[in-house]
Amino acid sequence: MHSQSLKISARHVNVHYDKTHAIKDVSAEILSNSVTAFIGPSGCGKSTFLRCLNRMNDTIDSCQVTGDILLDGEDIYDPKVDPVQLRAKVGMVFQKPNPFPKSIYDNVAYGPRIHGLAQGKSDLDEIVKQALRRAAIWDEVKDRLSAPGTGLSGGQQQRICIARAIATAPAVLLMDEPCSALDPIATAQIEELIDELRQNYAVVIVTHSMHQAARISQKTAFFHMGTMVEFGDTEKIFTNPTDPRTESYITGRIG
Amino acid sequence: MGSDLHIRTAFDRDLEQLQAQMLRMGGLVEVAILDAAKSFETQDVGLADQVRLADRVIDDIEVQINEDVARIIALQAPAARDLRLLLSILKVAGNLERIGDYAKNMAKRTHLLLQLPNIENSSTSLRRLSREVRLMLKDSLDAYVQRDTEMAQDVIARDNDVDELYNGLFRQFLTHMMEDPRNITACLHLHFIAKNIERMGDHVTSIAEQVVLVVTGAMPSEDRPKGDLTSIDVKLSQD
Repeated sequence: MHSQSLKISARHVNVHYDKTHAIKDVSAEILSNSVTAFIGPSGCGKSTFLRCLNRMNDTIDSCQVTGDILLDGEDIYDPKVDPVQLRAKVGMVFQKPNPFPKSIYDNVAYGPRIHGLAQGKSDLDEIVKQALRRAAIWDEVKDRLSAPGTGLSGGQQQRICIARAIATAPAVLLMDEPCSALDPIATAQIEELIDELRQNYAVVIVTHSMHQAARISQKTAFFHMGTMVEFGDTEKIFTNPTDPRTESYITGRIG
Repeated sequence: MGSDLHIRTAFDRDLEQLQAQMLRMGGLVEVAILDAAKSFETQDVGLADQVRLADRVIDDIEVQINEDVARIIALQAPAARDLRLLLSILKVAGNLERIGDYAKNMAKRTHLLLQLPNIENSSTSLRRLSREVRLMLKDSLDAYVQRDTEMAQDVIARDNDVDELYNGLFRQFLTHMMEDPRNITACLHLHFIAKNIERMGDHVTSIAEQVVLVVTGAMPSEDRPKGDLTSIDVKLSQD
């Protein structure tokens, strides 16, 4: 395991959608080689905050983000930063598996192609193979790389999407409820995978399953009504949290 | 927010029932201590038998509590203070079961001591000792229900008095044995009783510690002064 270092530093982040104040002065530090979980009730702002980390909120016209978010010390909202390049460094996996209507190979090769990361066909083959390996799906698809990605099971599709996200060699992997559409076996496989990905990436995961957060993360942040109520070691949050609101949430006392 | 009730009401019901079971068990154990001491003091063999029979009920409740806690953990996946509460109920039920056993053991010796020479003051001293432990038990359970850490800390502190009383008895029995070897059998039995009551005090202390753990999330700090070392002093025993 690599030593942990500061990967993302968010300071006094505020997000508005028109008149709605969705994120209220949130500061957080995301470490490399660790899994950070965001938990909280629906509408608490956890997904919105996650989407700030690779500027996915740019695609929403009414959305205004203020504050500083630094990736390896550099401001990701700097006008010189190309959001497309940024998203290659900060990859994302969504709630529902969303493979492109292309072959398994092309799904994974897409990122490296548009970012020009491969020197020729054999190099690209290798990148695709490595990404599929790391996403723990290689053995299941190696004989049918030209088959459509959409023909796989939900759990397999999600692992293809993870392979697609890591094919561009990102530093950070954002996951927005990556298991909510999966059965328990596929969920266990993704959780196992997340634990392995931690060796190479900083993983940030939004989950509605508190027990998933407890199982797979080292740090947990609890969001409520747009504020980050508590952020700390997962073990502490789930055994003896400091804030009574955190306690109420994880023990099933607030909706 | 901050409500004490869960959104899942079945969970609250389970926790309440479990606590009620634990308190029922605690009540039976209090009675067991009282009756065992009384049977011993008044040489009431019938009452002693009653204590032995009642211990089965205590044991059954513990088994039931163990099963219920395992079921609730499996089905409700509790966290934080809910988990601490469940684990503490498991632990307290274990402590109560042990105390019940010691009371039963004390009652058993009532028969034996009837046939042995009387040792002066012993029944008064043992009554005082068992009374103190019984009151500590009552307070520790009250502290549990009221989540009162101050009361729990008080119980923990009072265990020193129990230890001192026990050490006094230890010396007293030793003296009687040295004075007249015919007292040895009776004194050994009496010493077992005193030791058992002293052990009850340790289990009561453990219950009081669970109260602190449930409320604060941390065990109370270990700063009880170690008192009299009579019972582990080799020299004294060799004199």
